[in-house]
Amino acid sequence: MLGKLSLSAIPFDVPILVGTFIGVAVIGIAVLGLVTYFGKWGYLWREWLTSVDHKKLGVMYIILAIVMLFRGFADAIMMRTQLALAYAGNPGYLPPHHYDQIFSAHGTIMIFFMAMAFMTGLMNVVVPLQIGARDVAFPFLNSLSFYMTLVSAVLINISLFIGEFAQAGWLVYPPLSEMQFSPGVGVDYYIWAVQLSGVGTLLTGVNFFTTIVKMRAPGMGWMHMPIFTWTAFCTTVLILVSFPVLTVTLGMLSLDRYLGMHFFTNDGGGNVMLYLSMIWTWGHPEVYILILPAFGVFSEVTSTFSRKPLFGYNTMVYATCSIMVLSFVVWVHHFFTMGAGANVNTFFGIMTMVIAVPTGVKIFNWLFTMYKGRVEFTAPMYWTIGFMITFSIGGMTGVMMAMPAADWILHNSLFLIAHFHNVIIGGVYFGYIAGMGFWFPKSFGFKLNEAWGKRAFWCWFIGFYLAFVPLYILGLEGMTRRMNHYDNPDWYPWLLVAEAGAIVIALGIVCQLTQLYVSIRDRNLPENLDLTGDPWNGRTLEWAVSSPPPHYNFAVIPDVHGIDSFHTEKQLGRRGYNKPLEPIHMPKNTSAGFFVGVFSFLLGFGSIWYIWWLAALGLVGIAATVILRSANRDIDYYVPVSEISHDEEAYSRRIAAAQAAE
Amino acid sequence: MSQGHTSAAGESHGSYSAYFIGFVLAVILTVASFAAVMMHLLPPGATLGALAVLAIVQIVVHLVFFLHLNSRSEQGWNLMAFLFAAGSVVILIGGTMFIMHDTAINMMSR
Repeated sequence: MLGKLSLSAIPFDVPILVGTFIGVAVIGIAVLGLVTYFGKWGYLWREWLTSVDHKKLGVMYIILAIVMLFRGFADAIMMRTQLALAYAGNPGYLPPHHYDQIFSAHGTIMIFFMAMAFMTGLMNVVVPLQIGARDVAFPFLNSLSFYMTLVSAVLINISLFIGEFAQAGWLVYPPLSEMQFSPGVGVDYYIWAVQLSGVGTLLTGVNFFTTIVKMRAPGMGWMHMPIFTWTAFCTTVLILVSFPVLTVTLGMLSLDRYLGMHFFTNDGGGNVMLYLSMIWTWGHPEVYILILPAFGVFSEVTSTFSRKPLFGYNTMVYATCSIMVLSFVVWVHHFFTMGAGANVNTFFGIMTMVIAVPTGVKIFNWLFTMYKGRVEFTAPMYWTIGFMITFSIGGMTGVMMAMPAADWILHNSLFLIAHFHNVIIGGVYFGYIAGMGFWFPKSFGFKLNEAWGKRAFWCWFIGFYLAFVPLYILGLEGMTRRMNHYDNPDWYPWLLVAEAGAIVIALGIVCQLTQLYVSIRDRNLPENLDLTGDPWNGRTLEWAVSSPPPHYNFAVIPDVHGIDSFHTEKQLGRRGYNKPLEPIHMPKNTSAGFFVGVFSFLLGFGSIWYIWWLAALGLVGIAATVILRSANRDIDYYVPVSEISHDEEAYSRRIAAAQAAE
Repeated sequence: MSQGHTSAAGESHGSYSAYFIGFVLAVILTVASFAAVMMHLLPPGATLGALAVLAIVQIVVHLVFFLHLNSRSEQGWNLMAFLFAAGSVVILIGGTMFIMHDTAINMMSR
């Protein structure tokens, strides 16, 4: 009846987990209680959970990403603390069984549920507004994608309290992840969480690709698109090509585990090395899926706060597209030591060095955009400058490891760990936080607090170097990754420094929370309110509408003439539009995405624990929901002109109030 | 969304006869694949080649009869997407074979 699930699957014997569970339960009950107390369930359901509005889905994605950041960071600081203790005979406080789950969960959560969710959230908030569209091409699919991501995040976190998580690293390499060596449910949790969220990501890719190709405002040619939209476009192409590879690879691993096949087993003709090649065929484009939108954010932030058009728009576009193509021919650099030989390693080593060229071009573009600009040092600009320094260092250590001979020494050492955190924290994370600060007023109508934003930046920036420069040194001293304890006295002081760095980063996260709290508290102060919809004197179309924008985005679809069209119009003193209002065709909200998500969760949970009736129920539920949704003809409506003109008048009054205040 | 109902999406949306022809072709191709393997009609190497050909024809059948794609619809976007997809497949499969072949030789795993 309950498959493998029994009371013994709940880790009562691990005090850390019991404490965490109590904490999560208390917070969860408090949140649910508050929602009930204020009578907000109906509001939450109608306005958010069933919404197909890309702006609201974007906000929900980013909230999910921030919650997952806490989880992933908790894992990180636990690992650093373990290594600061577990020296010279001291076993530390995390036994290997638990420690191995933590490093696997840290990587999985940070990539799939923090970074991917954050990126999708930013794309949702920004892209339709930037191209002058009223929503994405497939609004229902957008809601469905969100729920697939959400339920897989729930699934992976449930593994904390029911059963266990994978102990085979964040890419669950076989043969360790095969049934023979991982008979528990940990790897199955990994497979189902990643597969379900992969469905969501793939649908997001289809959705935004179509949106950008088909729904740009009239006059917006390809070379007039804002850079963030360009990078989002290249990211969707990478998603479309690479995520199916991940799905197939993990599908083959599932066949090995569930049906006793031999794709990647040691025996029976399996080939372990094929898994490495296939998973990194997805894995390398994946890191560019994450970094390209961050490059887009930096481009928008730099040009807006330097009060100049972006230097070398065309080269920026070409660089983005070359990175998109080159990212498919570098994947062997993740396993130079596998033994493919000199021909293969030389080719992929050189391609890896080549990909640094377009990235270098971008750095110079941002530098020259700032050169002779009137740079305004806001918090997003701090993150951008911090990125340029940090990412350049990370890029250079990457080129070092692109040499197969050097990689032979550095492979799987802490040098590698330092390198990819250098580019992922210094590039991806700094970029998304810059983007969040930059577009926050657009979503909510008030700015984030600058002082706390800068404090958060300094803590992250300094904390990052404290935490990861020691890891470079440790890597050169021969310390490998995923080590539970050690007895080398040379390593000990560096690991203490790294622990201090992790604590400084924790302070940075506290500053970010304080920033959110202070900003919400002071949201009605005149200097924080964004009445005009254009708080930064922006250049692209998202700033041409009120903050927050009406749910249909644009009362009248704007005509675009060239790059930074909105900025040009402002210079010419032409704000607004001179076309008559017409009723707007919009999609209705739907709960279908929510229910497909819930049934997918049952399918995943049932399959993980071999509760087959539950899995079948989930599968039938998904099919039934999709059929009901397809048969529903009542999915759209027209926004009447009276509502639009009412919104527009309110917006004009806010602009007038802002001008009067000046 | 507002532009959605003004732009024609692709070519035809298919007819029952087109779906039926597609379904019959898909079944024939699937049965042929299984038959080639289960009845040992060809030597192993030739079977692999036959499966690859049958799979590619199957893809074309799905695209034409179920997804109604051809090179003229959508201002050539379909053609471009196909070329890009073909290029990616060549890179990914060709690259994988290059890697795995060299690995097999060097590691004596075959």
